[in-house]
Amino acid sequence: MRTIGILIRKELENAFNSWAIYTGYLLFFCVCGFACWLSPDNVFVLGQADMTPFFTVINWIAFFIIHALAMKSVADEKKNGTLELLLTKPVTTSQLLAGKFCSQLIIVGIALLLTLPYYFTLMGLGAMDHGAVLLGYFGLILTSACYISIGLFASSAAKTSISAFFISLGTGLCFQVLFGLLASQIHFGPVADLFGFLSLSEHFESLNRGVLDTRDVLYFLSVIVLFLALARLYVNKYRY
Amino acid sequence: MDIVVENLSKSFGSQKAIDSLSFQVKRGEILGFLGPNGAGKTTTMKIISCFLFPDAGNVQVGQYSVRKHAARIRQHIGYLPEHNPLYDEMNVIDFLHFIARIHNIPRYKITARILDMLRLCGLEKEKYKNIRELSKGYKQRVGLAQALIHDPEVVLLDEPTTGLDPNQIVEIREMIRMIGREKTIIFSSHLLTQVEATCNRVLIIHKGKIAADGTSAELRRTYTEKLLRLVVEGGNTKAVFDLLAGIPDVDDVEITEENSFRIQAGRNAPVEKDIFQLCEANGWYIKELVPIEERLEDIFRQVTQSS
Repeated sequence: MRTIGILIRKELENAFNSWAIYTGYLLFFCVCGFACWLSPDNVFVLGQADMTPFFTVINWIAFFIIHALAMKSVADEKKNGTLELLLTKPVTTSQLLAGKFCSQLIIVGIALLLTLPYYFTLMGLGAMDHGAVLLGYFGLILTSACYISIGLFASSAAKTSISAFFISLGTGLCFQVLFGLLASQIHFGPVADLFGFLSLSEHFESLNRGVLDTRDVLYFLSVIVLFLALARLYVNKYRY
Repeated sequence: MDIVVENLSKSFGSQKAIDSLSFQVKRGEILGFLGPNGAGKTTTMKIISCFLFPDAGNVQVGQYSVRKHAARIRQHIGYLPEHNPLYDEMNVIDFLHFIARIHNIPRYKITARILDMLRLCGLEKEKYKNIRELSKGYKQRVGLAQALIHDPEVVLLDEPTTGLDPNQIVEIREMIRMIGREKTIIFSSHLLTQVEATCNRVLIIHKGKIAADGTSAELRRTYTEKLLRLVVEGGNTKAVFDLLAGIPDVDDVEITEENSFRIQAGRNAPVEKDIFQLCEANGWYIKELVPIEERLEDIFRQVTQSS
């Protein structure tokens, strides 16, 4: 745990020492602000103190930004040789990946924390379902964690960060859009159920609606663990 | 801590990087690791440092094995990889602090260790600079500092002097000799004179196998032929050359200048006696007959080209 803590601190220090992270935050808030307050579907048009559409927008922005955030995490370490430096210190592959995963989750968490003023503003405009908002944020954290683990996997599998971005985006799109589309195309039967179950957006929407189902949480945890395990496999493959 | 490498093999695809390599390094010994490019030096170092896993064989560092106790070994090893990877965006002090913490150095000792390393590696003036801004020589010093910060018992240095100016090379050589008194050091380099000046023992590997092993004096005795410089007077150079070449034990004769020859013969052949008798019989007198010291470069070339 101590080693993971040191790695998280180093990752965060490096991230906040560069302009890229602030540009990412700026982009995130510009798009969020536009979608929430200025777009044709803004909260005033909807006429309800509801954050559900807003969470869907955040989910999509996070989807694109997180892949860009995660793409260089392991690929750059491999390219610069610092992976060799770290793994010949008392650091295991799991600790290294856990450090990267947690630090990126913290970066995303900070972005989500900074959207709280939206919640307080809407609270002043009408009666809100606080439980649904809480679950919406919970769902966003879980989906972001899934994107991060997919990003880490792609970054471990790819040689360069740009190829990592495309692998991660492709895998992410499968979970976010493709599986849901396939499920709706097939309509019935076990295959449709399987694709429906694999679709990440289905599970997110369920949480976003304010329904806490342990199956959704288990699904998210399984995706996170699966892709982190694959990332570990790929990093170690490089060493065999 | 001693290092014992036993039948170590490692392949990358169909290419064998090292092939059943076995050697030992004792505490207090500085082993110079030599070999042409692609001989398997870096792979061996990466396996000892627990970065790569061996296909077969084992490395024992002290009582720990790379197969079972990789975490323990990493605590005791200081490793400077070949291309000296560093976090360019960090400054020198932050980077060393990070490495010190990763090595589990108690907090109260960290500052003292960082200051020691800055002094030892001559980085005091550069300590607040970003690593990206440092020259190659200074980056190399940061690499050495990170390898030594936890006072490791085993130090692996993969070409630590590449890109350094002659003064820096001498400084780093002195540093290695100083720390080598109490530690086990494996040091690879392309600069053979440097290995000769720094190391107690030289190991030449070629195509993943040991081509030569011993102190540089031992290697000279084992791997080189006897070389003599002969200057005679009183005879015609061509005639002397023909007669010298006719001596059965002489392998090769070369005319270096008028009346001066370079003679190559088997190490234990009594060639001096034959030369003396030949000169006496022909009425020439020997002005000079001296052995020529063979350089490590020649031995290196000999053992890596012959196999």
